[in-house]
Amino acid sequence: MMFNVPIPGGSTGHAVGGAIIGIVLGPWAAVIALSVALVLQAVMFGDGGITTIAANCFNMGVVIPFVGYYTYKFISGNTDITSSRRGIASAIAGWLSLSVAAGFAGFEFGIQPILHHDANGLPLYMPYPLSVTVPAMVFEHAFGFSILEALVTALIFAYIQRTDSSLLYGEKSEAQKNKIKNTAPVRG
Amino acid sequence: MDEIYRNLAIGLVLLIVLAPLGLLAVGETYGEWGSDEIKEKLGFVPQGLAGLSGIWNAPMPDYAFPGDEGNESMTLSAAAYILSAIIGVVACGGLMYFAGKKVTKD
Repeated sequence: MMFNVPIPGGSTGHAVGGAIIGIVLGPWAAVIALSVALVLQAVMFGDGGITTIAANCFNMGVVIPFVGYYTYKFISGNTDITSSRRGIASAIAGWLSLSVAAGFAGFEFGIQPILHHDANGLPLYMPYPLSVTVPAMVFEHAFGFSILEALVTALIFAYIQRTDSSLLYGEKSEAQKNKIKNTAPVRG
Repeated sequence: MDEIYRNLAIGLVLLIVLAPLGLLAVGETYGEWGSDEIKEKLGFVPQGLAGLSGIWNAPMPDYAFPGDEGNESMTLSAAAYILSAIIGVVACGGLMYFAGKKVTKD
């Protein structure tokens, strides 16, 4: 992705923004939005790559919005759409969704040398085994990039909450509609 | 309705302007290594990867102007990043807009 940030150790990584998209659009619409973005990045900018589109779309386009949306929903509970608890819920959703997706990506990396190697045991694609890839991906995200993702998610969430909370997907639920009706000033 | 668009546009423009910040980061993301980087790590390029590396050539690889990735001045790289962001927003928005129109029509 485009916003790369360095971490100690000479590697870089990135936020995805999938959790906030899941929270705003709902998880299913987010699958489409994120997949379009990922395919464009691969085709136009060689980022991610043509052969990894399916894996990327699964990890970032499906896992992130679903984990993100349901984490947010679970923590938010029945609070008001403008409550600060939802801001915290969105931050945790951002952190958890990126960390889980990183775990999936690490797993997919790690099974490569088992699935694809030549007759001499030399890897055809990814050379490192599960014992290296899963910890590498999970730790550098959980203690690095996911924290950034949490901040970005909460920041965008608070911005939307303040400017126009009707954009949020959760707003369309019956419970929220009733709440707005009940709290709306009565004109007489 | 107009206010919604204005508020969203502010966010979008801010992100586009901030895009070149990504240039400050050196090093490659875990698992996103190119053939050169993996050769440095392992001493060889895995055969399957070598075979796939020519399958597609992106028009703007690594968000840089084609031809001289990595050898540009910071200003040029930043311009290429901003241009990439604009292209991305237009392509993404356009695609969704027309797909949405088609879907609602059917």
